[in-house]
Amino acid sequence: MNVHSDPEPGGDLATPFHKAGTHKQTSVYVYEAPVRIWHWINAFAILVLCVTGYFIGRPLPSFTGAEATYQFFFGYLRFVHFAAGMVLTVGFFGRLYWAFVGNHHARQLFTFPFWSRPFWTEVWFEIRWYLFMAKEPRKYEGHNPLAQLAMFFFITVATVFMIITGFALYAEGQGQGHWMYRAFGWVIPLAGNSLDVHMLHRMGMWAIVVFVIVHIYVAVREDIMSRQSIISTMVSGHRTFKDDRPD
Amino acid sequence: MPDTPNDRIETFYEVMRAQGISRRSFMKYCTLTATALGLGPAFVPKIAHAMETKPRTPVIWLHGLECTCCSESFIRSGHPLAKDVILSMISLDYDELLMAPSGLAAQAVLEETIAKYKGNYILAVEGNPPLNEDGMFCISGGKPFVDKLKRVAKDAKAIIAWGACASYGCVQAASPNPTQATPIHKVITDKPIIKVPGCPPIAEVMTGVITYMVTFDRMPALDRQGRPLMFYSQRIHDKCYRRPHFDAGQFVENWDDEGARKGYCLYKVGCKGPTTYNACSTVRWNEGVSFPIQSGHGCIGCSEDGFWDQGSFYDRVTDITKFGVEANADRVGLAAAGVVGGAVAAHAALSALRRAQQKAVGQSNAAKAAKEEA
Repeated sequence: MNVHSDPEPGGDLATPFHKAGTHKQTSVYVYEAPVRIWHWINAFAILVLCVTGYFIGRPLPSFTGAEATYQFFFGYLRFVHFAAGMVLTVGFFGRLYWAFVGNHHARQLFTFPFWSRPFWTEVWFEIRWYLFMAKEPRKYEGHNPLAQLAMFFFITVATVFMIITGFALYAEGQGQGHWMYRAFGWVIPLAGNSLDVHMLHRMGMWAIVVFVIVHIYVAVREDIMSRQSIISTMVSGHRTFKDDRPD
Repeated sequence: MPDTPNDRIETFYEVMRAQGISRRSFMKYCTLTATALGLGPAFVPKIAHAMETKPRTPVIWLHGLECTCCSESFIRSGHPLAKDVILSMISLDYDELLMAPSGLAAQAVLEETIAKYKGNYILAVEGNPPLNEDGMFCISGGKPFVDKLKRVAKDAKAIIAWGACASYGCVQAASPNPTQATPIHKVITDKPIIKVPGCPPIAEVMTGVITYMVTFDRMPALDRQGRPLMFYSQRIHDKCYRRPHFDAGQFVENWDDEGARKGYCLYKVGCKGPTTYNACSTVRWNEGVSFPIQSGHGCIGCSEDGFWDQGSFYDRVTDITKFGVEANADRVGLAAAGVVGGAVAAHAALSALRRAQQKAVGQSNAAKAAKEEA
């Protein structure tokens, strides 16, 4: 925990890059196979959902070639959206299950130590790191505290929000007698009416789009500038480190 | 036909026979009513029996802050005819629009009806009470309408909220709602209220709800928002005859384009059919002649809560007015994504600069270390 003792400029803490790869700290197995598989399935589902969802709200120019009998473009588009939504939902519950049976890193997505002062101190440190105010990043086996916060709100909370509003909208199509309507129909009067739920669902999409932009950028940046592996970790599961110094 | 003493309300059957309707026509009427309500043949004798034995239901129809379009719609009902509903099925004892007396005579009728049928009459409310300035924006009989509404509601058996005004507030409750027009369920909280929204509701829906209530002497099955399921359980979109064009991805883009002429789906010009619960696409209007989408204009969602405050009638992704700014979801989202994208690019540039500095320091350290080793 030597972060707050400011080193001299150009002192020992600046990473000697010629020594990269010669250090002895062993890699840590962080993301187990189900977590990695979920990550990539989820990423793909989100991509599909955002693209199809955008065009459901603002359809492409009409296909005027044939009579409606011979075309089902918008129907297929909506089908793909619903199918991806189902995949996302099942994936989310699978991921939730793995939080209980997986290693302790698998639980980071669903909780954060709200009452822990050191946690918030480290969040502040990460903010300073991203504002170029800290000289060197810290090492983390799992998510850094700021990343954990972002994951919690933009993945866990946002996914739950999108699942609930999404199923409410889907249930409308199933009809009022359907079990899905009984389970999710309460969302509609709570939001006001069906159009409000559509609007909130769309705002949720944009929130996730913003998260995806930041997430990809930060993953690439940290892969280059931090002291541990990032992108390859979500492929192999192993976190490797670029130096042997603690913390 | 038995004499009907003054203290007893006549049955439907008695009234119909008194009007010269034959037994045969009466049975036909019962059959038609059963069909209109979507009931099987087994219900025909039940309806006939109810009409022969049950006294007519007294109804008090109040008008608050409204435009009378509900009444205009109601009197155009074809199945059953509004005439049949008013003259045969219910005993419409008080209705400011349709009654003959006025002034003090009308007020006397209201008092008499409340006293005579205490706890047995149905209260139908068209319009809503404005609550601002102690209710002074709507005066009826020299008093704020809200007082009259509360007084009549107190002894009512059930309450029907006609139209968007009584159900949700409608245009007079649209932001900023200067008169504080308030839907009746927020004023009357201790009585069962059926909402029959729409601006106006479909005539056949209005008479259908009344027919159901007097026939079975109970409320129809309601959804979560208090609307009768038999008319409001599906969206206009679910039964729209233009739905195949929606599924095909064939949309009207402009009001005068080829798609408009071919009767394509009006979704892209803002049709609210997919988010509006009503029976327009099945029951239609003016005895089933047409409905807005059939005449080439999208649904404006008039039977939905707060439809005046949800942005343009001609846009699907609607305006967000809740945060005090006029914007819509896509504009807000694109702006946020743009700002974040720009910030990411700037941050990346700064990071690259920082990285280059770090590298330089690292290399000089390496050189220093090599010198010391040497």
